Amino acid sequence: MVRVLPVELRGAVVRRRGRAILGPVDLTLAGEGLTCVLGPNGAGKTTLLRVMHGIERLSGGTVGYGLPEREALRRQGFVFQAPIVLRRTVAENLAYPLRLAGAGRADAARACADWGGRIGLGAVLDQPAQRLSGGEKQMLALGRALISGPDLLFLDEPCASLDGRATAAIEGLLRAARESRTRIIMATHDLAQARRLADEVIFLRNGQVERHCAAEAFFAAPQSAAEEAFLKGDILQ
Amino acid sequence: MNDITEGLRAAFWLLVSFDAELWEISLRSLKVSLSAVVIACAIAVPLGTWLAVQRFAFRRTVIAVMNALMGLPPVVVGLMVYILLSRSGPFGVLGLLFTPTAMVIAQVVIITPLIASITHQAMRELWAEYHDLLISLNTSKWQRVRTLMWDGRRALLTAALAGFGRAIGEVGAIMVVGGNIDHATRVLTTAIALETGKGDFALALGLGFVLIGLAVCVSLVTHALSQTERRGRW
Ligand SMILES: Nc1ncnc2c1ncn2[C@@H]1O[C@H](COP(=O)(O)OP(=O)(O)OP(=O)(O)O)[C@@H](O)[C@H]1O
Ligand SMILES: [Mg+2]
Repeated sequence: MVRVLPVELRGAVVRRRGRAILGPVDLTLAGEGLTCVLGPNGAGKTTLLRVMHGIERLSGGTVGYGLPEREALRRQGFVFQAPIVLRRTVAENLAYPLRLAGAGRADAARACADWGGRIGLGAVLDQPAQRLSGGEKQMLALGRALISGPDLLFLDEPCASLDGRATAAIEGLLRAARESRTRIIMATHDLAQARRLADEVIFLRNGQVERHCAAEAFFAAPQSAAEEAFLKGDILQ
Repeated sequence: MNDITEGLRAAFWLLVSFDAELWEISLRSLKVSLSAVVIACAIAVPLGTWLAVQRFAFRRTVIAVMNALMGLPPVVVGLMVYILLSRSGPFGVLGLLFTPTAMVIAQVVIITPLIASITHQAMRELWAEYHDLLISLNTSKWQRVRTLMWDGRRALLTAALAGFGRAIGEVGAIMVVGGNIDHATRVLTTAIALETGKGDFALALGLGFVLIGLAVCVSLVTHALSQTERRGRW
């Protein structure tokens, strides 16, 4: 059982410079599978993920987990929209979360070799991570988030700068993670990808959750003009 | 003109023959300045990193004071250390005035703000880059500081080198607190000042070459460091 769940937002509001950029949001995230957070640019997808992850300062409301907060944060992973790599080698990047958690050098090295292969960077493990291409950095960030086997994984547009093959590779990794009971929440612009992967959809617009429902229902029957326009790729006002 | 060519020739000879006096003065200079750099780094590096990571009430004030201290005239630092260490001063009983220790203390005071400031600058940049990741990975304060110091180690070395460069070439403060005593507190810069005053250009120039050599080494290493930084190596 995924114990960090449920994630519960109660009246969560994020206000920056006098403007509400998110909320108020009431949302319960439980169950299994993959949730896609959809919505136009600036809708607040990144902000919502950060709030659920517990790293965004709330201006109001609460976020709670099935565990005490510190413990809960330890069981989560986050892949940022712009991948952050440490100024270290690829292997040291992968090992970083494990070493933080107190894993020994040998265990960490074994896990790195394993995950390096899975993310397609097995041949460049001892190269500086800053030299990787944008897409490779993205793969590295994903591998680093998955390596400690999180209960809950947040992905902020992980495929935004990737070609088809890398996207397929990431989707493969996400399917495997879902199989091993990692609850995934992913922001994406790619509707085709959402159709392929999502079990559940959160549709955001202007900082509000307009809809939170099963994926089939969302794609089969848009409930508002905004949703319909979004699904058709029209420009939203 | 003749004096100078003669001086240059003599200086060269002192260098290649490993003249005992030149050697002694150079070594003492290195010892004093390296000690000062080690002590200053032990204070300044954690301080600069901490200032980059930690938010607290008077953080900006502390940074402003640190930057202001960088501009302290060395002679004034020498004067203050002199007053503190002089026999009637609060630390007079230690009998440190006119010893190499007093010179180390003065140099520590001079270069600590410099090293802390360079460290802070570099660590702030790195922290901006790493911030979200380290927060997301639920790191402790200590783990953050350690990660930044390790990944910013080239910048830290550059800061230490800058401190060393300032310390080894500094003359005002150590003249005041060291007294330029032969075989005790005479170092490169104070000896050059003295020998030049006496008109003995040979030793002054020989010591000058050593000083220039050290300065060139420092800037070469600094340059090499920024190169490895750019290539993401080491
Ligand atoms: N620190 C901040 N200060 C002011 N405004 C902010 C801040 N952070 C985000 N915003 C604003 O909040 C809104 C939502 O931002 P957010 O990054 O969550 O959008 P998004 O849905 O992820 O967009 P995208 O699809 O482009 O990634 C944006 O209009 C943004 O300008
Ligand atoms: Mg975003």
